[in-house]
Amino acid sequence: MQTIFAKSIPGRQGIWPEPAQKESHHYLPENFLRSKRPNLPELSELDVVRHYTLLSRKNFGVDTNFYPLGSCTMKYNPKILEEIASLPGFTDLHPLTPQLKTAGLFTQGALEVLYETEKLLCEITGMDAFTLQPLAGAHGELTGVMLIAAYHQHKGNKKTKIIVPDSAHGTNPASAAIAGYKVISIKSKQGIIDPAALKEVLDDEVAGIMMTCPNTLGLFETHLPEIVELIHSVDGLLYYDGANLNAILGKMKVGDVGFDVVHLNLHKTFSTPHGGGGPGAGPVGVNKKLEPFLPISRVVKLEDGQFYLKYNYPLSIGYVAPFYGNFGVILKAYAYILRLGKEGLNRVSDHAVLAANYVRKKIEDYLEIPYNKICMHEFVASAVKQAQKGVRALDIAKALLDKGHHAPTIYFPLIVKECLMIEPTETESKETLDKFINDLIEIIQIAETNPELLHQAPQNTPIQRLDEVKAARNMELVEPCTI
Amino acid sequence: MPYIPYTPKQVQDMLEVIGVKSINELFDVIPKELKNSTLNIPSGKSEYEVLTHLKNLAQKNRTDLISFLGAGFYDHYIPAPIKHILQRSEFYTAYTPYQPEASQGTLQAIFEYQTAMARLMEMDFANASLYDGGTAIYEAMMMAVRITKRKKIIISETVNPIYRLMLQCYTKNLHLELVTIPHQNGKTNLEELKKSIDQQTACIIVQNPSFFGELQDYSPLFSLAQKQGALSIISVYALLQSILKTPGEMGADIAVAEGQSLGLPLNFGGPYLGILTTRKKHIRQMPGRVVGKTTDKQGQTGFVLTLQAREQHIRREKATSNICSNQALCAFQALLYIAFLGPEGLKRTAEQSIEKAHYAAQKLTSIPGVKLLNDYAFANEFALTLPVNAFELVNHLTARGFIPGFPLGRYYPGLENCLLLACTEKRTFEEIGILTEMIKAYLTYRR
Repeated sequence: MQTIFAKSIPGRQGIWPEPAQKESHHYLPENFLRSKRPNLPELSELDVVRHYTLLSRKNFGVDTNFYPLGSCTMKYNPKILEEIASLPGFTDLHPLTPQLKTAGLFTQGALEVLYETEKLLCEITGMDAFTLQPLAGAHGELTGVMLIAAYHQHKGNKKTKIIVPDSAHGTNPASAAIAGYKVISIKSKQGIIDPAALKEVLDDEVAGIMMTCPNTLGLFETHLPEIVELIHSVDGLLYYDGANLNAILGKMKVGDVGFDVVHLNLHKTFSTPHGGGGPGAGPVGVNKKLEPFLPISRVVKLEDGQFYLKYNYPLSIGYVAPFYGNFGVILKAYAYILRLGKEGLNRVSDHAVLAANYVRKKIEDYLEIPYNKICMHEFVASAVKQAQKGVRALDIAKALLDKGHHAPTIYFPLIVKECLMIEPTETESKETLDKFINDLIEIIQIAETNPELLHQAPQNTPIQRLDEVKAARNMELVEPCTI
Repeated sequence: MPYIPYTPKQVQDMLEVIGVKSINELFDVIPKELKNSTLNIPSGKSEYEVLTHLKNLAQKNRTDLISFLGAGFYDHYIPAPIKHILQRSEFYTAYTPYQPEASQGTLQAIFEYQTAMARLMEMDFANASLYDGGTAIYEAMMMAVRITKRKKIIISETVNPIYRLMLQCYTKNLHLELVTIPHQNGKTNLEELKKSIDQQTACIIVQNPSFFGELQDYSPLFSLAQKQGALSIISVYALLQSILKTPGEMGADIAVAEGQSLGLPLNFGGPYLGILTTRKKHIRQMPGRVVGKTTDKQGQTGFVLTLQAREQHIRREKATSNICSNQALCAFQALLYIAFLGPEGLKRTAEQSIEKAHYAAQKLTSIPGVKLLNDYAFANEFALTLPVNAFELVNHLTARGFIPGFPLGRYYPGLENCLLLACTEKRTFEEIGILTEMIKAYLTYRR
């Protein structure tokens, strides 16, 4: 499909406000103005609406296709959340309004949303305080590691390293490195952290460990109590990556079991849509040890029930975001939690884990499952057997697209060869799961009989397999100007 | 059970397949001493109850005020069709486009966004988006540090103070030297900026228009930086870039912006959009996702995420940035705004805003004791000196339905009597007239 730029018809009227009475050069010196106008599309409202409506049909989303993308929790996003987030009482609110002293009184509703969301997240995770500022999961990780650094600096600890298990998300080591730490990777054993391997690298310079639990294999870290003790014995801190929180809502509180800092992904567990790559939100929760270091501003409730923003926290790490986080996203997560309530949240994990185990059990005879035991909300299968016949995880993924399913996460975690990481979520019906299972089994059977066919997949998508090497080599990252 | 599709019978069937008796049994892998099933939060509410509760909260926010508040975040009109396209759930319920054959919609939209941003700024390339204007400056600064292998960062105090606070936070553990060049009565101190650049300088960071609304042509400064091997970073007002001299023309190495002015609601601070554009020679150090054009097996044009060797999921701790989820849908929103308005619509929006700001400046400075803070050229935002404390004026008028602007004393000690005013095309000449009368009345009453 042509780009919007290729469709441009010079001179065609779009949505044009009235012209100013005088053009800009009347008000501004010429040397402050651009010399030629930008080469941007000139199209009618309908032209643009049609272009993007057609483009939308070249996408899989949760609303159109099953989306079992492991560790991404692609559950259904209730429509009521969109309606709430578009209330003008929220969308039209200028973020600087509460800084105008008494005008803080004019944002009480928004401040209450922030305050209440923090309280709910504290209760769900067992942490003592939350900041909603971080703008995505990885941003939450960076904030969390900066909090760990602030804690150690305040205590005068000389800490240089962060431990990250080899099963961790790539953002973990990247976040730790950006915060100034050396990253020490440790090998898993039987799919989970091995306390012996941890002991080998543990010393006084360890600032903390970053963990995901259940981990990216969908396995619960059963040595957790020992790990907590080991890390705390060197005054290290435990970081909980909340990507997989969907498995343990109402089952376990990460604050109770020894984690000192946690980030959540509201766009995963709390059902705010992912938007094709954001906006997300990555609130960070801490226990009492780390609370003094939280970013500012913080929302405080006064005795008379009024809310206000407090900036006077001398030990705070400062500002990780300009204001109060991705407010529009936070609003949706708040409404989602209220809608589900305690029973509803519990049921989320119940059925997410049920669905994952059901799919696992149904395909275990067809694909190798390296750690084939009761999993949490996701599991990892491997196409090693199929790879011997020349059919790789990638080929299976592409064949699934042909059947109308989004592919699972592939080639992650790095510790399992030819892996497919499958997370069905609690919102997909048994019929959808069965269809996926049957289609997957059929693909595995084709891998036996006609592997070449799978190399040709996908065939039913708007486009066939794309040449990624060419993209990287040619670096066509923008449409060249023709005028 | 909202949003959960299983019937009790189906749950039983599934448990049987798994070989367990109950759902609880699935959680036996969690050691008993770690379990905690108390959730002290209310039971679920109906859709109507939740909506009513949130509507009540929304009503506690006063969004009916006539506002001249800008300070980096602007109340421009958002054309209706934008919302309708954004509600296409094929876009908003998709994940990051890891499977390009099933994500051409998102990928082509990002490619078009990258193109639009590069053309708006007259730079070579743009990435797929960053979180906001502040983190965009931080990422640009880190690019410069990697490229030059130097540690000194020079920033003008006329860059948005909130962004400067963010930089302070991010650089704390990185052993960088952050040098701030003070403003001169609201003006960017070009001479001091020039003097401070040396062989240790990784980059200089400026903003156009500045936080005070001052316009500058930074070409001479940027060419001086280049001679010293330092990179030039400029943060701009995205919408005004349709008429103002571009970062490309000025010779910037990296141009960033908060993209909120391009069709995104104020939304109490987010989600917003971090725009980052740069030169071809710096592309390998650019952070974040980027989409490239390629072909499929049959030679059909298509789009993929590319240059991934820079990114966290490949390079882990050696990545150019830790960014993963960015602001894809916000970038799409900005693209839609540009597509619906076109170059002429953008120009008219910008020029109306500028015209009204100049009218406001003329009206307000006719009040005895009120004058411009300084004599610089400005676009749609400017600073006034008042004969009274600006906070008090703001409080007085806000209680009467007008937000007259932002009191500069909040971030600039010594400027307690100064007010920063912005006009968008939404403000009317009549409103400006009423504002003038209200300020006049307040000052008379104060005397």
